[in-house]
Formats: sequence, C-alpha cells, structure tokens
Amino acid sequence: MADWLGARLSRNRRFIPLAATITLFCLAYGYGAVVYEGMRDPQVFLNLFRASPFLLISAIGMTFVILSGGIDLSVGGVVALTTVATAALLRGGTDPWLVIVLMLLMGMAIGATMGAFITFLKVQPFIATLAGLWVARGLCFWISDDAIPIRNRLWEILGQTKILIPGLADPTTKQGEFVSIMVVVELLVLAVAVFVAHYTRFGRTVYAIGGNELSARLMGLRVNRTKMLVYTMNGFCSALAGIALSVDVSSGHGLYAMGLELTVIGAVVIGGTLLTGGVGYVIGTLFGVLIIGVIQTLIQFNGQLSSWWTPIVVGLLTLAFIGIQSFLAALKTRQSAVQRRVGHARPTDAGAGEEAT
Amino acid sequence: MARASAAPTVRRVTESRLFFPLVVLAVILLFNLVYDAGFFALDTIDGHLYGNVIDILRDGSTVMLLAIGMTLVIATGGVDLSVGAVMAISASVAALLINPDLQSLSNDPNVTATPLPVVLIATLVVATVCGLWNGALVAYGGIQPMVATLILMIAGRGIAQLITNGVRIQIFYEPYAFLGNGWIILPFSLFIVAAVFVVAWLMTRRTALGMFIESVGINSRSSFFSGINERRVKLVAYMFCGFCAGMAGLVASSSIRTSDANNIGLNFELDAILAVVIGGTALGAGGRFSLFASIIGAIVMQAITTSMYAIGVPAHALLAVKGVVVVLVILLLSVQVREFVRRVAAPKAA
Repeated sequence: MADWLGARLSRNRRFIPLAATITLFCLAYGYGAVVYEGMRDPQVFLNLFRASPFLLISAIGMTFVILSGGIDLSVGGVVALTTVATAALLRGGTDPWLVIVLMLLMGMAIGATMGAFITFLKVQPFIATLAGLWVARGLCFWISDDAIPIRNRLWEILGQTKILIPGLADPTTKQGEFVSIMVVVELLVLAVAVFVAHYTRFGRTVYAIGGNELSARLMGLRVNRTKMLVYTMNGFCSALAGIALSVDVSSGHGLYAMGLELTVIGAVVIGGTLLTGGVGYVIGTLFGVLIIGVIQTLIQFNGQLSSWWTPIVVGLLTLAFIGIQSFLAALKTRQSAVQRRVGHARPTDAGAGEEAT
Repeated sequence: MARASAAPTVRRVTESRLFFPLVVLAVILLFNLVYDAGFFALDTIDGHLYGNVIDILRDGSTVMLLAIGMTLVIATGGVDLSVGAVMAISASVAALLINPDLQSLSNDPNVTATPLPVVLIATLVVATVCGLWNGALVAYGGIQPMVATLILMIAGRGIAQLITNGVRIQIFYEPYAFLGNGWIILPFSLFIVAAVFVVAWLMTRRTALGMFIESVGINSRSSFFSGINERRVKLVAYMFCGFCAGMAGLVASSSIRTSDANNIGLNFELDAILAVVIGGTALGAGGRFSLFASIIGAIVMQAITTSMYAIGVPAHALLAVKGVVVVLVILLLSVQVREFVRRVAAPKAA
C-alpha cells in the first residue's frame, strides 16, 4: 500500500509545478472576480488571449528551446525586426501574403543561423542568441529610424475581424463576446505545439536532449538536427509573433518588444518548465502567459498600483517557481540517495537521478 | 611547488591573454587613424586633457567598472545579468537622497538633502545588497547564475521606477556631478575606475581570494572538497559585482545629471559581459581571469562604439555592429575554428 502510494506520488511529482501554475491562475482570477465586478465579464477573460497573441506564440517557441536545455534571448529583436520589415515591405507595395511568407522564412533563417552557431561551433546558446538579439535590433534601425504605419487591407481584416463566441454573442447585431483572428492563430499554434512536443519523435528527442545531451547522443538520437530544428522553429515562432504584433499595433518599429525575451522566459518558467531543460509542458506555458495577463489585468483594475509592479511580480513569481523546482529536485536527490542506501534501486538509476539535479 | 618551472608558462599565458584584446584595440584605433587623421589629437584646456582618446576612456568608464566586477563573477563560472538594472537602482537611490522632494526640485547647485558621503555610501550599500541577493540565490539557493540574476534584471527596473515614483529626478548638486563630469587633468571617472581596479587587484592578487575564485570556477565541487568555502567565494564575487554596478550607476547618473530608471545601464550587462569575454575569461567555464585584460576589453567595446558614431552609424543601428563583433570574437575564440586554422596551417608549415 505504502509502496503504491509512494510510486504514485513520485510519478505525479512532475505534475506539481503545472498544478501549482493552474491553481495560481485560478486563484488570481478568482480573487479578481470577487474583488472587481468588472472582471466577472467573460470578455475580460477572452481579452487575456486577445491582448497578447505574440506573447503566447513566442513563449511556445521558447518552451521548446528551454526544454532542449538552451535559451533564446533574441526573440524581442526578431519580433521587432519582423514588424519593421513587414511595415517597410507593405509600404513598398509587396503582396501581403508574400510578406507573411518572407517574414516567416526570415525568422527561420535567423533561428537556423543561431542554431548552427550553438550546435556546430559549440557557442553557448546565451551568447549566440544575445548576438542575434543585437544584430536583429540593429537591423531594425538600418531599415528605419521611425515607426512605419501599416495601411493594408489584409492587416485590417486580421486585426479587426470579430469572431463572435456562440452563446455569448448575438450574431445579428454583432454585439457580445468576441475574439480576434490572431487568437485563433495562437490557439492553433498551441495545439500544434502540444502535438509536436508529446506525440512525435522530434518532441521526445527534445526532452531527451534537455535531460542529458550526452546520453541522448549516445542513444543514437539525432541531437544536432533536433537542436537546429528547435532554434529554427523558435525563429519561426518569433516571426509569427512579430506579424501578430504588427497586426495588433498596425505599425512597425525597432523599439517594439523591448525586453520581451525576459517576459517570455518568465512565462515559460512560471508555466512549470525547468530552466535546465528536459522537464515541462507546453500547456503550462499557456497558463504562464495567462498568469502574466491576469497580473496586468489586476493592476489595471486596481488603478492605484503603478504598472512597474508587473515586472516585479513577474520576477518574484519566476523566483518562486524556480524555488519549487529546486525543492522538488532536492527531494528527488534525497530519495534516490535513500534508495541507493537501501539497495532497492539499480545503481544506474541513482546515478541518473543525481545527474539530473 | 612547481612555481619555478611554471613561471615562464604563466607569463606566456598572461601575455597571450592580453595579446588578443590589444590587437583588436590596435586594429580599431588604426581604423580610426585612417578614417580621421586627427583622431589622436589631444587638446589642453585649463590644464585638462581633451580629445577623442580621452573621450573613449571617459565614456567607457562605466563599462570598465562593470567589467571589473563581472570578471570575478564570470571567473567563478557564473554571470551577472542584473548589473544594468542595479545601475538604475543605485542611480535612483542617489538621486532620491539628494533630492527627496519629487514635487519641487531645488535647482540650487549647492543644495543636497543628504551629505554627499552618505549618499555615496548608502547607494553603494544598496548596490552591494543587490549583489548579495544575487549571490545568495546562486551560492545558497543553488539556482543557475543566468536565471538567478535574470530575476533582478526583470524586477530591478521596476524597483528603480518605484524608488523615484516614476519621476526622472534631475540632479543639480554640483559636487555629485563631479563624479562623472569632473576633470583633474584626466576625467575624474577614470580615477574612480583606477581606485576600484586597485582594490579588486589587491583583493584577488594579494590575498588568496583570486586563487579561490579561479579554483571555484574551474571546479566548484573539488574546491569544496579541498576545503574552500565555495559558497562564500561566490557570494563575495557577486557582492563585489553589485558594488561595481553601484559605482557605475553613480558615475552614469552623475554624468547625465538625472536618474533615468528606464535608460541608465540599459544593455550595459551585455557590454560588460562582452568586455570580459574579449578579455579572455571563459564565459560559462570560469577559471583563470585577468582584470587588466577585461579593462582592455571594455575599452575595445567603447572604441567600437565611438568609432561607429564617428563614421555616422545611428545609435540604435550600432547594436548590429556590436552583434557582428560578438560573433567574430566568438569565432576567433572557439576551439573549432582554432583547430580548423591549425589544420589549414599545418601542411604549409610541414
């Protein structure tokens, strides 16, 4: 009986950070709904998705990078570069669909370049992507010093179409709760990401690399190819996030998305993904993004607190989640040490447990 | 025990350590000379030296200060991303102490609400406490340095804004402005850099601390087993880095005479890290370090910035140039490229 309970607990321990994230989200939103009547409006909940499609999209890309044991600090730069390049191309009269394709290709090219540096030249991810951030931000200002407005039919359609929620809106008067097209896009990206992470060979390889790159290599997994793909994919996500942002603000400027990388990393960590890699869930990232959204909403509804509390609270939450993770990791080490002493576990298991912490 | 036989080797290593940053610096300066023949001209006004080279040193003094602290942290195998935010915090603290009344700013150059020594000490204490926080998270919390310092990097600017209630406090108090704007033949900020450098040098080269730091960087665990309190060594390194960031914040805010919580120290962590990397201290690996090489690295960074401005590259676009420089430096330092060069060069030599 005790064995069964212990096994169950240790099997479910990996869900604890995720459960904590979801609980925190529910508590924060519940608190807001109790205190502020306005937050009971379903539209406020939908606005959490509507407010920042670019945040979720780039956080999903970042989740894969962090799961693989890397980090990408370039997202803010690539997002800004995408908005500027999009705006410049649209102003020049390029076909909007072609612009979207070009931007996605550009994002993938930037991601692949950084991936090549990290994979083949063994440059630390943090340095390689930092360089990527600088180059991308610098290029923005090479294209244009000022913000470029976007006046394009497709961008208007993407930005202003209201998708009414059945049951909560009246289709004849077009009044009621709604989401935008970009919300559908972000949820689509999320669905694809969940599938890729948990149901494909690529996803399993990402987890394996994050757990222990050397072991993954020795197992014969295609580590290099997977790492390249992870960074390329994140470049794609950044570019898509950039398009989403340009739709949102219908302009492009090099100073957009300043510090986005930090918010994104915070969202991923709050979502329960271990920064050392190998542990976490894509769906957790969704809740990480939502929690940041709720914090912003609460601060807005409060009206008294200044908006500078947002980064402070996000920082503290990030710390708290890292704390939970270190605690769980320490617990695991102790357990494997005990097992080794008792002689129940095979030596390799105990060794692996220690390695992971 | 192997000191006698190791001495020439150590000297050779030191030389090669300084060699690379100095070559880079020389190339940049040469480029400037070609571009503008009068680049090295020095003027004396009221007995003070002015000129492009002096400007590079003066503008680079904040990055030099940061690089000194960052060298120790990187040598322990860590990194401190929060220095830019700590600069902003210390600038806000100093400005608030000088002028706590945010509503009516006194623009009398001789008036301060707090005596200058108290302002300086309080600010540096706050900055050191920021370093203590980072160090505690890394050394005692067991959190990866990049992540631990990321937290203060995210939250720090928010804290700096809260301190000044979002107001950019102008500083009219002249003695404070002397830190970043004063001249005693050379810019006064250079003397601050020199003082901090000497303190750091004495601390690491005249006590065992430097060796401990290198040992912790090379292998934290084995240092622990050889009886080094590796946690305390890390803690000291981060605290000193915070102290240096506080100093840099003082110089930066005094030089622009405001506490600009949004922009003071923005992206400076990157310049500082890059300066240390150019100086040859291995990022992520830690181990052997050279404070002087990091200072040269900082000057290289500032020389690049200044020369790009001279050519007329816009301020923001400059980042792209810096990014390319990082890539080049990484390539030059990477094992793969060195092996490739050796392989290409070997047949010719044979």
